[in-house]
Amino acid sequence: MKRLLVGAILSLGAIAILTAAEASAGTLDNVKKKGFVQCGVSQGTTGFSLPDAQNNWTGLDVDFCRAVASAIFGDPTKVKFSPLSAQDRFTALQSGEIDILSRTTTWTMSRDTSMGFLFAGTTFYDGQGFMVRKALGVDSALKLDGAAICVAPGTTTELNLNDYFKAHGMTFKGVVIEDQSQLRQAYDEGRCDVLTTDSSILYSERSALKAPGDHIVLPEVISKEPLGPLVRQGDDAWFNVVKWTYFALLDAEELGIKQSNVEDMKKSDNPEIRRVLGVADAGGAAPGFGPGIGLEEDWVAKIVKGVGNYGEIFARNVGSGTPLNIARGVNALWKDGGLQYAPPIR
Amino acid sequence: MTDMSFQVPYVRDQEAPRLPPPEGMVGIAHWLREGYFRSVGSGLVTLVLGALAVWIAWRVIDFAVLRAVWTGGSRDACLPAAGTAAGACWPFVADRFGQWLYGFYPIGERWRVNLCFLAGLMLIVPMLTPSFPWKMQNALLLLVVFPLFTLVMLTGGNFHLSIADYATTIGFLLFLTCLVPVWLLGLAQGLLRNKIGAWLAGVAFVLWLAWIFAGPEPVAIGGMAVPLLPVSILALLAVSAFLAVRLAIKGAGRPGIVVAANWGAVCLAALAILVFLDADFGLVTVETAQWGGLTLTLVVSVTGIIASLPLGILLALGRRSTMPVIRIVSICFIEVVRGLPLISVLFMASVMLPLFLPPGVNFDKLLRALIGVALFSSAYMAEVVRGGLQAIPKGQYEGAMSLGLSHWQTMIKIILPQALKIAIPNIVGNFISLFKDTTLVLVVGLFDLLGMAQTGLRDASWATPTTAPTGYLVLALIYWAFCFSMSRYATFTERRLNSARAR
Repeated sequence: MKRLLVGAILSLGAIAILTAAEASAGTLDNVKKKGFVQCGVSQGTTGFSLPDAQNNWTGLDVDFCRAVASAIFGDPTKVKFSPLSAQDRFTALQSGEIDILSRTTTWTMSRDTSMGFLFAGTTFYDGQGFMVRKALGVDSALKLDGAAICVAPGTTTELNLNDYFKAHGMTFKGVVIEDQSQLRQAYDEGRCDVLTTDSSILYSERSALKAPGDHIVLPEVISKEPLGPLVRQGDDAWFNVVKWTYFALLDAEELGIKQSNVEDMKKSDNPEIRRVLGVADAGGAAPGFGPGIGLEEDWVAKIVKGVGNYGEIFARNVGSGTPLNIARGVNALWKDGGLQYAPPIR
Repeated sequence: MTDMSFQVPYVRDQEAPRLPPPEGMVGIAHWLREGYFRSVGSGLVTLVLGALAVWIAWRVIDFAVLRAVWTGGSRDACLPAAGTAAGACWPFVADRFGQWLYGFYPIGERWRVNLCFLAGLMLIVPMLTPSFPWKMQNALLLLVVFPLFTLVMLTGGNFHLSIADYATTIGFLLFLTCLVPVWLLGLAQGLLRNKIGAWLAGVAFVLWLAWIFAGPEPVAIGGMAVPLLPVSILALLAVSAFLAVRLAIKGAGRPGIVVAANWGAVCLAALAILVFLDADFGLVTVETAQWGGLTLTLVVSVTGIIASLPLGILLALGRRSTMPVIRIVSICFIEVVRGLPLISVLFMASVMLPLFLPPGVNFDKLLRALIGVALFSSAYMAEVVRGGLQAIPKGQYEGAMSLGLSHWQTMIKIILPQALKIAIPNIVGNFISLFKDTTLVLVVGLFDLLGMAQTGLRDASWATPTTAPTGYLVLALIYWAFCFSMSRYATFTERRLNSARAR
């Protein structure tokens, strides 16, 4: 018994020592020193962060962390993912367990201010939407008066639904079911005409229906759910790295820099492209944007080489080639009529 | 009446031929009538329940076998053709099953988990088979060697212990050595006859406190940085331990030598364990964050089960102790923990604890969950054991006392064997519910079997109407297999130990 006890104490002590981390100086320096980015993701959200059968994490949120790792190390694999529950995620960031939280987290005022976090940007503009059967012949949410709507109880989803219908003088019959998969089943069995939840989820729900092709997601989005990565307040250098990684992804798409052509683009004559990719000008002077945030000159080239630009990330994870099949919509670049807009790198 | 002969009228000199049982008392017809159709009511019940059972079995077989999809690489294979109902989607399970068993454990390193599992099985089976000898050695292997082996195997070992870790352990062991005479000669004698040793140990303790709080710099002696204070603490402790051992051998004679030798063996074993943990076996380090699936479920539940029984027994005895401090502490612990749901204990461990620790210090997440689960289950175990203790009649205590047995002898030799025997059904019930409760570690971001499977179910590339039912069917079978075997083993043990009351 004594021997057992000693063994137990020692092994506990050993694990504690193993996991004790250095006290934080600056996050960027710490990340460089430990050699990887610790990224908080979800416990499984298709298209955003999900492990496949070979234990590789894929998704839009995952790729954003890989982009940050590429910017720092030039290697998209230098990330460790911490799957976090919705309750766990903020503590994990606060306590320094993770460096970035990239977990379909909605940018709200309280989180951005009093809770002590900073959002680096909106990697996905989400919002509550409606899915209906094509056979219903409805092409707008404003024609849903009197419909039976499947909705999860006690969520902002339900409140938004009430507000929207009240504001437009319409009525609906609520079919209220707690569990997401039962909700989908109820809709699939025809117990309601409409299914409403966040549109990113709506698309993945559609792919689990018996005949996904028979259903459409209506164009109306009735709430604002800007999802993005966040970091701790009080570490501006790290915040800059994360924020400008996001902007670099957008700027790369805008300039047509892709994973496949990034090497060719370095030879481009376009001064803007040369500046973004960190190529020295005719006089031999390097643009110096990378070193300005503590990274290498070719940080954008590394990002694009590692994960592609924003458009490629979107297409790969949630776009038309995937089971989710989400249209770019508001997530298109500003010049294509969307909301994704990045300040210039100059 | 004189010619009464002793001739016995008739004595059978061979066994009577065995007659067959009466017509209608044998065969299937009788078995059916007696068991299932004794009356109109029972016949009706049989028919209704039988039909229900057949119907359910048919539905399950129909879903899992007849209409099932066996091959394919994506959701398209499992999507039903228009107008037909789909069956189980087995390719999904085949695709994900490795992950359900091992979680995110690197695929190339999965053999290490298998090896641990095999080693555990090879130790547990003989342990649970009553006719198998060497129970003591087996228990030692299972409870000391196996956990260490598993720890090193699963994490990769090579814990990079510092000199300070070794020094701390040695110091602690030396300090404990001062208690050897106390153990042998009693508190008063053990301390009085070892005044110098006790004083030295006390001074060392005070110096140690000073070192912890003040932490003076190492002093340069002859070009080398020598941490003067720790070295002097160790020296003091070494002298004090030497005095203690000398007293033990001189003062207690032969038993003293035996105890001192045993204690020395324990100390050597502790140091050997340190070296073992520090050694580099060339294994790739696998962080606990990568553990998952059934592996994690087993790690959490087995740790909980192994830790909860001794802790629970101690708490139960503490609660019935006559010493008020021990009793109150035990009661407080049991009642506080039992008053909290496991999920909140886990939340406390994973959400609150990091906020109290200095920034940057991260306590391993799995370890937090393990401690939470172990403490939680030990409180419940304590109550179960206390139930067993209360069922022991007072005469047993008095009988033991009249034989002159000490408190611990009474407990270990007389009371606990009977109490635990009575408590077996509830203890196993606790084990089973603990095994299932481990699914709650999902809320602290650990992927047990259920969590791993649910993650797979969210994958849109496998999203079909039948993916989830198939996955949950397999999970149910796995959980059931574990819980049912535990319950069967408990029944077996119960019957075996009940020999006293059986006729």
